[in-house]
Amino acid sequence: MSQATAAIQTDTHAEHHEELNFLHKYILPVDHKVIAMQYIFTGLIMAIIGGYFAYAFRMQLAFPGELVPFYGLVGPGEYNMLVTNHGTIMIFWVAMPVLIAGFGNFLIPLMIGCDDMVFPRLNRLSYQIFLVSALVLIASFFVTGGGFGGAWTAYPPLSSVAEYSLTDWGASLWILAVALEFVSFLLGGINFVTTAMNARAPGMKMWDIPIAVWFIVIAVILFMASVGPLIAGSVMLFMDQRIGTSFFLPSGGGDPLLWQHLFWFFGHPEVYVVLLPTLGIVADIITVFSRKKLFGYKTVIYTAFATGGLSFVVWAHHQFIAGIDPRMANVFVVTTVLISIPLAEMMFSYIATLYGGSIELKTPMLWALSFIAAFLIGGVTGIYLGASAVDVYLHDSYFVLAHFHYTFFPITIIGMFAALTFWFPKMFGRMMNETLGKIHFWGTFIPFNCIFLPLFFLGLAGQHRRIYNYNHFPDLATQELQNIRIFATVSLVVMLCFQLVFVYNFFVSMFKGEKAPENPWNANTLEWSIPSPPPHGNFKTLPTVYRGPYEYSVPGREMDYWPQHVPPEES
Amino acid sequence: MSEAYAHPNYVKIWIWLLVLLGLSVSGPMLEIPTLTIITAFGIAVVKAFLVAANFMHLKFEKKIIWFLLIMCFCMLGVFFFGVAPDIMMTEGDQWIDCIADKSCVEQRL
Amino acid sequence: MSMHGPVATHRSATGVPTGRLAVWWLMASEIFIFGGLVACFILFKLNGTPGFEDASLTSLTAGAVNTFVLLTSSLSVVMAHAAIEKGDRDKSFLYIWYTIGGGFVFLGIKAYEYTGKIIHGHVITENLFWSFYYTMTGLHALHVIGGMVIMALISFDIRKGHNYQRVELIGIYWHFVDLIWIFLFPLLYIANF
Ligand code: HEM
Ligand SMILES: [Cu+2]
Repeated sequence: MSQATAAIQTDTHAEHHEELNFLHKYILPVDHKVIAMQYIFTGLIMAIIGGYFAYAFRMQLAFPGELVPFYGLVGPGEYNMLVTNHGTIMIFWVAMPVLIAGFGNFLIPLMIGCDDMVFPRLNRLSYQIFLVSALVLIASFFVTGGGFGGAWTAYPPLSSVAEYSLTDWGASLWILAVALEFVSFLLGGINFVTTAMNARAPGMKMWDIPIAVWFIVIAVILFMASVGPLIAGSVMLFMDQRIGTSFFLPSGGGDPLLWQHLFWFFGHPEVYVVLLPTLGIVADIITVFSRKKLFGYKTVIYTAFATGGLSFVVWAHHQFIAGIDPRMANVFVVTTVLISIPLAEMMFSYIATLYGGSIELKTPMLWALSFIAAFLIGGVTGIYLGASAVDVYLHDSYFVLAHFHYTFFPITIIGMFAALTFWFPKMFGRMMNETLGKIHFWGTFIPFNCIFLPLFFLGLAGQHRRIYNYNHFPDLATQELQNIRIFATVSLVVMLCFQLVFVYNFFVSMFKGEKAPENPWNANTLEWSIPSPPPHGNFKTLPTVYRGPYEYSVPGREMDYWPQHVPPEES
Repeated sequence: MSEAYAHPNYVKIWIWLLVLLGLSVSGPMLEIPTLTIITAFGIAVVKAFLVAANFMHLKFEKKIIWFLLIMCFCMLGVFFFGVAPDIMMTEGDQWIDCIADKSCVEQRL
Repeated sequence: MSMHGPVATHRSATGVPTGRLAVWWLMASEIFIFGGLVACFILFKLNGTPGFEDASLTSLTAGAVNTFVLLTSSLSVVMAHAAIEKGDRDKSFLYIWYTIGGGFVFLGIKAYEYTGKIIHGHVITENLFWSFYYTMTGLHALHVIGGMVIMALISFDIRKGHNYQRVELIGIYWHFVDLIWIFLFPLLYIANF
């Protein structure tokens, strides 16, 4: 009897896994893994554009007024456009799609043990909207006047009045692209949260979910809860630009500060939106490569909740000198400093996980460890900035710039490489070359520090952000400071060159690498229990979960790992 | 797909809603602004609650959904009260004339 | 019960069916979008921004009639749900189309109001009040139109016997659109000082 029902179930399953033609497999996929690839590759292409922009404006800063090889002359307006779109691209079109949408799509169904997202077609739709948003953004570079140059924060009136920004349509397309991107991630986010809440494998309780999934879901919830007012705000800004309303223009009764609040009410949670997925990925990697249980699994999740909650009440620390009410500034100083407590606790948990483990320095582990190191610097400098008195001097200086690059670079770039090198075998069924991976790691991590550490000093010396030629400022045009700028730029070029190693390694390994076994890292989570790459439908029989994800080196077992789907042995 | 729960009497709820609508429209006729505010928004809240609880079946929904919705309003509250001091209190515009400020400046001079 | 789509769609670890859970999340994000807009409106209004006294120029009658229309359409969509639960497709189909009809009446009155206002020179750029008026009601009207389109699609779907649960889902959405209006009504039409 039970065999008969099993037979029927396999039947319905077989029907579900029919072969798909090229169009339905790669152009209009509903399989979460293919959609994940689409997001990741789109994100990587956008990262190349963003990196190219950074190259162009850094060259201008190091060698002002000279012809930039492979680019040309960078004029003042163009400089603004490059900086603005570099920031926008890296946050909205690289960090979000790769870390949240890409790895979220890939990991959530695999890690919770089901065959797809709960709404596969909604998933496809959200990618398509995302793609359109990327195309709109790219189109905005080519309209008359060029791309938008009013900074990624788009403060009005600069962003809302064409006579000020000099980018009439560039500004509108920019805001349109951003709004579309938000809509895409809202739809995708609903899918992610519902999947993680409802589609978990039997036996997988709340506290058996891997941290990576937990954190991606928390990030998505933060995103959904913070972006709404800004969606309304971007509609208002768009109407200010195109219809002539004056929501943000004092001349018509509006208030430019309102935009800043709308933006940062989203903007600060947003930094945690991109941070949390990487923290989750790093947690999974360090447990695997130190063969230890995660230290304080529940504490780590609680700290994520605390960080998430607090991140909603700190936003005005970006506006300390924007003319906000000083009494409110006091409140925001306190909350800002408070938020470092849960984050620090999380960092301690990670470090405690490493303590006494048998650490294996594979490439993903190097990335994960370097993330912790670099992110600490970013977090600590954030506390300096959170004190409003200090911030009066440091605001909009290169100190701020260095601060958030010490957070964003580890999150976006280091986190992305950590995740890519760790899950590469599962994604493509081949191993990456370790030696090349390590060369690439050191070739990225050392220049990264050489780029951004000096910028802290430039900032303290009074160098303001968003200025295209420091020769116009006698105090800042000294040879000493110029040498630091040149050093940072040269480091950037070195770092960009080393990315070629990764590109080579990536594509050669994808086709020629050593075939990957099911579980190359001896990890516990469910995605390692199936063939690499996973077939359509993922699991031959959907798994049942018996334990938490971090049961490494359990005393009394001969294997030092204990996969989640393996039933406990009868004693 | 149907779950077994007793349905509220939808028509009765609807009649209640119409009565409330009538009240909120006649509120301004008394021409007492404070009363208008109370009737208009108080009744809006009651109406919203009736619709949510009965028509949207929130009455029968799991706690987690309630939690979700209440969190939404808390976050909106945070947003509102965080922004309000800047948009609504304009005394900052006149800080130049602020007495405390002036005396402070004079002391320094 | 026929199994469409992946197994994932049919799991329910929380006990709330997946479709409904997703609709609630959608509602949550909509609350933030409209909530943000309404919060901005209230901030400006309480601040005594010039122009907000124009709220007395909006037509209370039109607003009240529209509230009535939406409340009634809410009743009919919930009746559609009650009917489909009993398996009565035709009745449910009919009720859905009553609701869509309600949507049309609502939009008609809205259009009439807009025309009247524009003829009298109260265009979107006149002052901040009218900017908010058109933005808020316009965004709301877009939601009404979206709901009507989806409802029409669902009505044909259930007549063929598919996806009965979707009647409840679109119902929740429609009630939400109704709820937004319940708050816009006092904000834009009643509180005129
Ligand atoms: C320990 C926690 C942190 C604290 C206390 C903190 C504090 C601050 C403060 C006070 C500022 C404003 C500085 C100014 O504009 O004058 C700032 C800027 C910034 N922070 Fe952080 N931060 C923290 C973590 C992060 C993280 C994790 C990220 C990114 C994922 C991040 C990204 C940024 C960005 C992008 C800016 C600059 C935005 C702009 O003006 O363009 N911060 N941070
Ligand atoms: Cu911040």
